[in-house]
Amino acid sequence: MSTLIALIVAAVTFGTVLMFGTLGEVLTERSGNMNLGVEGIMYMGGAFGLAGAFYYEKLVGPAASSGPIAIIIAILSAFLAGAAASAIYSFLTITLRANQNVTGLALSIFGTGVGQFTGEFMRVSEGGFVALSNNLKGAFSQSIMPSFLRNIPIIGKMLFDHTVFFYIAVALAVGMHFFLFKSKRGMYLRAVGESPSTADAAGINISRYKYLATIIGGGISAIGGMVYITTTAGCVWNHEGLSGVGWLAVALVIFCMWKPLNAIWGSVLFGALMIMYLRLVIKFIPTEIYKILPYVVTVIVLVLSSMRNNKEKQPPASLGLNYFREER
Amino acid sequence: MQTKCAIEMKGLTKRFGTVVANDGIDLQINRGEILSLLGENGSGKTTLMNMLSGIYQPDEGQILVDGEPVSIRSPKDAYAYRIGMIHQHYKLVDVFTAAQNIVLGLNDEKLDLKQINSKVQEICKRYGFNIEPSKKVYDMSVSQKQTLEIIKVLYRGADILILDEPTAVLTPQETEKLFVILKNMKADGKAVVIITHKLHEVMAISDKVAVLRKGKYIGTVETSKTNPQMLTEMMVGHAVALNIERPKYRKPFDKLRVEGLTCVDHEGICKLQDVSFTARGGEILGVAGIAGSGQKELLESIAGLYPVKEGSITCIECEDHQVQLVGLAPRQIRDAGVGMAFVPEDRLGMGLVGSMGMTGNMMLRSWKQGRSMFLDKRGPEKLAREIWEKLEVVTPSTEFPVRRMSGGNVQKVLVGREISREPSVLLTAYAVRGLDINTSYAIYNLLTYQKMRGSAVIYIGEDLDVLLELCDRILVLCAGKVSGIVDARKTTKEEVGLMMTSLKEAKND
Repeated sequence: MSTLIALIVAAVTFGTVLMFGTLGEVLTERSGNMNLGVEGIMYMGGAFGLAGAFYYEKLVGPAASSGPIAIIIAILSAFLAGAAASAIYSFLTITLRANQNVTGLALSIFGTGVGQFTGEFMRVSEGGFVALSNNLKGAFSQSIMPSFLRNIPIIGKMLFDHTVFFYIAVALAVGMHFFLFKSKRGMYLRAVGESPSTADAAGINISRYKYLATIIGGGISAIGGMVYITTTAGCVWNHEGLSGVGWLAVALVIFCMWKPLNAIWGSVLFGALMIMYLRLVIKFIPTEIYKILPYVVTVIVLVLSSMRNNKEKQPPASLGLNYFREER
Repeated sequence: MQTKCAIEMKGLTKRFGTVVANDGIDLQINRGEILSLLGENGSGKTTLMNMLSGIYQPDEGQILVDGEPVSIRSPKDAYAYRIGMIHQHYKLVDVFTAAQNIVLGLNDEKLDLKQINSKVQEICKRYGFNIEPSKKVYDMSVSQKQTLEIIKVLYRGADILILDEPTAVLTPQETEKLFVILKNMKADGKAVVIITHKLHEVMAISDKVAVLRKGKYIGTVETSKTNPQMLTEMMVGHAVALNIERPKYRKPFDKLRVEGLTCVDHEGICKLQDVSFTARGGEILGVAGIAGSGQKELLESIAGLYPVKEGSITCIECEDHQVQLVGLAPRQIRDAGVGMAFVPEDRLGMGLVGSMGMTGNMMLRSWKQGRSMFLDKRGPEKLAREIWEKLEVVTPSTEFPVRRMSGGNVQKVLVGREISREPSVLLTAYAVRGLDINTSYAIYNLLTYQKMRGSAVIYIGEDLDVLLELCDRILVLCAGKVSGIVDARKTTKEEVGLMMTSLKEAKND
């Protein structure tokens, strides 16, 4: 039992990282923009988010720094880094109408480089080691729920003992669901992703919706990178741990069929698949087999989703296509 | 009736790069009137109307709405001036309901379904529509989608309506219904512009006809004072014989026998069900039907490009040489000695390679013949030159990429290549789609020539008037089934139209 609970807790921790990445990309792809740069965006989010918290602590001193403020600063710096990277992508694809796949791949490489550079630059300039104090580490990795909830047997551990980021991510998913499917603006955004020429003829400002969705979506994805560095990686700059996470988020968007609510359980499931090799060791099965599980699941999902015939469960119809009003 | 000028265009010019799509056009649109905008493909009708609906910006000239000069920068501006356009390719979001599509982009309105419904019902009652607000667009038929488009525009309060080729996808009965609605709108004092190139519709519905030719405005005439012949001359610029010759072949003989043909697509949907007919040499067999009734699958299964589930397709070369085509690939069909030619619907996708020139495209049919490892271009080059001259293809050279030729010339290259092999079976899908009147008649003549040579021609067409004039017999498909085969010389458009929508057995010939 305790193994299972430990597995779930670890899955949620890693799942939170994926959830931010996925939610951001869901919002972006709903506008018809296929931003393949999530990998790079999450790297930048990780490096800049850690930098925000680190330099805040350095500025006010470890004793005077407060956990909540550090968390807010980390979220904001990661969001801004992701938004800036997505703004480049938006300008290239929406205004200049560059090919989305090529631009996304370029951003992926660019962002990984910027993230690595920033992280290594901090490490070198701070004498070989960037880490937050134990005080702040606790604020990032402990639950904010009151202790009586956490102490409920089994349920307390499973539901209430997660980091603050998990609850933010769930709230974000629910909020995004209501925005996309219950609000008027959300309906317009979906219309832009489905059929931009229809939305344009109806008087909706296509560029504005695409820019906003892509930039905000990129910011949200970047928070995922920050969450990885400050929780899983223990508030220490780690230049390898994030690799592949962004691509997994892109796959998760397909897995959850562009629906934010599906991202909640989808992320936790993928999180579990990612860490299973550490928690559920079976003899004679090499860890490499475990590590490919998320990708195997993605392939299976892709096969299944290409077979299904339901019009409601398809990607946004104009995903990956740029819109130009005068094109014939 | 008192007519009032709704829109006046003065010297409108629009260029795309070096191409002048509209050249100094002056046109007037009146309220309480239906104006037909007539012109061949590429004459600039849609471009002109897109400038009114805010899709394009004019390079020169002025638009006046109710006498006031205005500038229409976006579709939103157009709605502000109460101009609504129903585009040829419907602008609807497939996964939304009718009601969601109607209120899309309206900023001042809440998503109050009750209120939307009552307003939609009011519009429906006024003009005679019928629609279910909660139905999703992907579940709608083409004509329902069009109805939704019109309601959408009316809901936004448009009183100047522009319809771009609204009848292209409708059956004759649906067209009748649409025309009744348009007349109701006219009686309601709205200005209606209908873009079309079907002359008989122009004569039936409009009060005035404005004609464009190659981007230039030719003139406006009152419909009651003109006739199709005169309008064609205005459109083309010179007199054109509007009759298709239909000589009778001395003795038609059975050539291709299709029995119980059933085809299922990869999603398990039945595309053709128990189709049986015989195509005769020396005859043009027309195939009519609403778009997507199985026409494409029928031709492709005969040509060996579509999997056949059941049934047989027998080609009768002579009494004791009959070839079963089911299960054979295109090359095996050729190797079996069947002279089959196929002009597909998608010219540049299935018929030709867009970035190659005429010579290269000729080689696609003869690549098996060469014995050496190098290309032998002499034969194809000669053939390309023949087609170039005989069919009057407009191109700078035989190496010029076909993709950059106009639609009519591309079609000539394709048809030219296919008939050069003197086929005994000629399959054509929408051979004149997108072609101007002159080229269309040239293609009709080529098909008739093949028929008189004794080949069996199967012609899938959209325009019922042409089918009735060109073909000897017409096979009508409805949802993948044969609803009847009629003698084209004796049937009427109404009869064929009815057969297109219902499976009622018509009299067989």
